[in-house]
Amino acid sequence: MTVATGLRRVGSGAIRAISRVGFATRFFGAVLLNTPAALRRLQLTAREVYFSGVLSLVVIMVSGLFVGMVLGLQGYDVLVKYGAGDSLGVFVGLSLVRELGPVVAGLLFASRAGSAITAEIGLMKTTEQLSAMEMMAVDPVARIVAPRFWGGVISMPLLAALFSVMGVFGAYLVGVRLIGVDNGTFWGNMQAGISFWPDVSNGIVKSIVFGIAVSLIAVFEGYDANPTAEGVSAATTRTVVGGSLAILALDFVLTVFMFRGLGNG
Amino acid sequence: MKRATIDLWVGIFVTIGFAAIVFLALKVGNLATLETRPSYRLDASFDNIGGLKLRAPVKAAGVIVGRVESITLDPKTYEAVVSMRMDTGYQFSRDTIASILTSGLLGEVYIGLDAGGDTAMIADGGRLSKTQSAVVLEKLIGQFLFDKASSGQTTAPGAPK
Repeated sequence: MTVATGLRRVGSGAIRAISRVGFATRFFGAVLLNTPAALRRLQLTAREVYFSGVLSLVVIMVSGLFVGMVLGLQGYDVLVKYGAGDSLGVFVGLSLVRELGPVVAGLLFASRAGSAITAEIGLMKTTEQLSAMEMMAVDPVARIVAPRFWGGVISMPLLAALFSVMGVFGAYLVGVRLIGVDNGTFWGNMQAGISFWPDVSNGIVKSIVFGIAVSLIAVFEGYDANPTAEGVSAATTRTVVGGSLAILALDFVLTVFMFRGLGNG
Repeated sequence: MKRATIDLWVGIFVTIGFAAIVFLALKVGNLATLETRPSYRLDASFDNIGGLKLRAPVKAAGVIVGRVESITLDPKTYEAVVSMRMDTGYQFSRDTIASILTSGLLGEVYIGLDAGGDTAMIADGGRLSKTQSAVVLEKLIGQFLFDKASSGQTTAPGAPK
């Protein structure tokens, strides 16, 4: 009896998971189909770029600055033991451009902007604004979801680039101004060790992929939320947790593909 | 929030965002250095390239004049063929010697060019025939020990002649 109950629970969980995946895929398709509508009314998308991009600027830039300053201190401490304190610029630049910029900016973006998007759409669903739109023959996916999705996709790479730049600036402040690494060596080694193809370009590709993943999760969780106060709060949590895990998992997969050929020069 | 204000902020955000990408490309990466300048290609084969990597610098008298573009193995001679992308501003004579060097004991591996006396300059796609391979430290130590052992044997007192 208990075995049957347990199995039933596993079965219902599996069915729910599969149906959510299917719904998410169809939802993604619907968002893409409604993209022209979102781009035609550019004002709606611009508004969302403001909410998810401009309002995330402060947290992204301040975090970038601090991450860069910590990298400068910690990196110099280790590098100088091997007589490689001059390589601080390469170390900081590569870590930020390849990994920390896209990933940390993505995590911050998921918790700052993604959660807000989910809560907003979920609350619209709870207060039946989405149903009201459908009654007025306005497609909520075109009017509400697609602009938020594209606002996130546009904002994310720009935020990641700003994060990296602020990080490099933070490392410059600590490394050159505080510790006293030579200014020319810092920038010169950085430029010699990092190139646009593939280092910077791969970082940009990563941030675009993370932007798509987090924005999709955020709008989907909001749209799929149970229309109760509890449901919205659970959906917001799922956005942050799922978005962060998606970023880290995607980061691993992308890194495997991107830096596969670089091992042996 | 007024529409004009939102537009202004989004404009500022997008502009500084793209400025950040350009900064990463130009100041952090080195997109603007050698790639945009006119360049030509030089080949050289080495018995052993040691730890030479792609994009390693090619230096003449310590000045970077090019970068390593590709490294392949010649299937017939079993020599490593290194293609270098050289800055057109620097031309080299045909008897230039290319050697694989290391800056410091643990530093980066690069190709050093020593210009010769030939008046004819090497053309695009040309091949440097005089090369010097990388010094493999293990081989050097092995050779040193071997020499030491054999010389020790001959000078040892009472050794059979």
